[in-house]
Amino acid sequence: MLLSYLKIAWKVLMRRKFFTFISLFGVSFTLMILLVVMAMFDHLVGPGAPAKRIDRMLFVNTIRHEMVDNHGWMNMPASIHFVDDYVRKMKTPELVGISSGISNATAFTKSKLLPLDVAYTDGNFWQIMDFDFLGGRAFSKAEVQQAQRVCVINEATARSYFGSTDVVGRPIEIDLKRYRVAGVVRNVSAARIYAYADVWLPYTLSANYFKDNRLNGEFLPVLLAPSAAAVPAMREEYRQMMRRVEIPNPKEVKAVFSYADPILASFTRALLNHQDQTVDDDNIGAFYLIVGGLALLFMLLPALNLVNLNVTRILERSGEIGVRKAFGATGGNLVGQFLVENVVLALVGGLLGLGLAAGALALVNEAHPVAYAHFVLSWRVFGWGMLLTFIFGLMSGVYPAWKMSRLNPVAALRGSGDQK
Amino acid sequence: MENLLATSSHTRSQPLNGATDALPVLRLTNIEKVYQTKTIETVALNQVNLTINRGEFVSVMGPSGCGKSTLLSLMGLLDEPTRGTIEVDGRTVQSYSDRELANLRNLKIGFVFQSYHLINDLSVVDNVEVPLLYRKGMGGKERRQRALDALDKVGLSARTGHFPGQLSGGQRQRVAIARALAGGPEIILADEPTGNLDSVMGEEIMDLLLGLNRQDGVTIVMVTHDEQQALKTQRVVRFFDGSQVG
Repeated sequence: MLLSYLKIAWKVLMRRKFFTFISLFGVSFTLMILLVVMAMFDHLVGPGAPAKRIDRMLFVNTIRHEMVDNHGWMNMPASIHFVDDYVRKMKTPELVGISSGISNATAFTKSKLLPLDVAYTDGNFWQIMDFDFLGGRAFSKAEVQQAQRVCVINEATARSYFGSTDVVGRPIEIDLKRYRVAGVVRNVSAARIYAYADVWLPYTLSANYFKDNRLNGEFLPVLLAPSAAAVPAMREEYRQMMRRVEIPNPKEVKAVFSYADPILASFTRALLNHQDQTVDDDNIGAFYLIVGGLALLFMLLPALNLVNLNVTRILERSGEIGVRKAFGATGGNLVGQFLVENVVLALVGGLLGLGLAAGALALVNEAHPVAYAHFVLSWRVFGWGMLLTFIFGLMSGVYPAWKMSRLNPVAALRGSGDQK
Repeated sequence: MENLLATSSHTRSQPLNGATDALPVLRLTNIEKVYQTKTIETVALNQVNLTINRGEFVSVMGPSGCGKSTLLSLMGLLDEPTRGTIEVDGRTVQSYSDRELANLRNLKIGFVFQSYHLINDLSVVDNVEVPLLYRKGMGGKERRQRALDALDKVGLSARTGHFPGQLSGGQRQRVAIARALAGGPEIILADEPTGNLDSVMGEEIMDLLLGLNRQDGVTIVMVTHDEQQALKTQRVVRFFDGSQVG
């Protein structure tokens, strides 16, 4: 029966070329936009070099200080004191690494000024992230502790500054300070905000590396769990740990809050800030609700258009519906048939949408909106795309199919669209 | 109702689906069909009592709008009477759900329409398979074989891969008859099957239907305007203004 449905679905699509074109355009264009957005989203939060083990990682964005006497809040990244005395003492993480936010620096080549994004990291950072080394190595724990002037640079910097990537051991002058290149890594997308930089330096060289007991600083701890399954326990241990944190300046600060979140939750907590910042809510549910709602709304418009076209198409096919009913088709049979037709149409549109999305992403990549970002349609995005297409097919097919199944067979055979 | 045309005795195939020879295929008792709108009430059928026995070929005649097609819709379980009862193989279908009625139509009734109502997107053999698609437990091979057998019976074995658009009117009606036969129904309801055909093709179709009735014992009820054709059947039922007049 399915084969017969598929056969007729294909014939119907081919017979009504204009209708098919309009439908396919709506479906494929909508899906193209959704897929491009999904590919970007996947690039931002999905696994990929150097955060290949992102499912095992938790990120700490900020430490929120609630000031006394309702003087507001101060949100800043963590200090080394906080990392060393609290985070590194946690039991669950396999590794705790840090990187700083990006700061700007400048290097001078013979002919031009080279603006650089610099991040400060520790030795563990290189073990947590899987950078692709073109040459050399990361700096070691000892080099960090001794505050040696070593650095890791990305491929683009190596080529711009030296004209080659084979530069390990050579000196580079950044902000008028000389560093020795320990390693060269493949470029990391600026969308991977916890790992991205042009140049990585030992955190002990940072101007914001203070040895006092302040909690706020410039560092973003990254915690690696021994397995993905251990992530919730690690998150909970961080929560417990925060209860033990001593406030160094209780006359100014009433309480401190900080959370270790998976990558997406770390964004949603910051983006969809809760009104009451003392509430521990990463807003991931709200995020999915908003994104799902928007996607649904976005799909709803072409789906409604398709519903409309489909309903009018029913009249054209009333004879067929009448015949099928006369010969024993139940309402369910007809709903099934029409849904198959619509899902086939949507899947064809989905495949076209995938092609369009690949083209659109190629254009986006060409335009370099985000440094070193290369957006791709992964299998994961493809799977989501096909699921969306399927939902799209069902959404736009259910109502017309139901309406079709309700046609009075006698009226349908006469060619009128009277309902039962 | 007496037979208007004496019929020769002929072999009858075994009734399907456990039906017994003794029971009429269809019995309509005190049937009324009233179409009601806000302002007007139209009586399409009034106090119709009709029994169709196994192996009969019955013609229904009458002027346009006399209720013939309504009667056929009721007989085909495509519509419900306002009053009265319909029995199929001795079972009253009043309380049947839509699904049960669909199943009953699939098993017991075949339809032939004036305008053929073939599905243009499907080949001849696929069209004939349509009723069998809704037959529970029937595999693709059996469906195909039964469709081919039915096409053989109507003399269209050579046209199985054609599409309706490639056939003449007479051939299309043969396909429609094959489709009606494919499911092995108890009864075929034909609504002016020769109405869209010229006299030669009409004769061919009529001969085919007569052959099916006489040789294979297929029970047929045919709505027609053609007195000559009606007279070839075993019994003619006449209608006027929704009432049975003969």
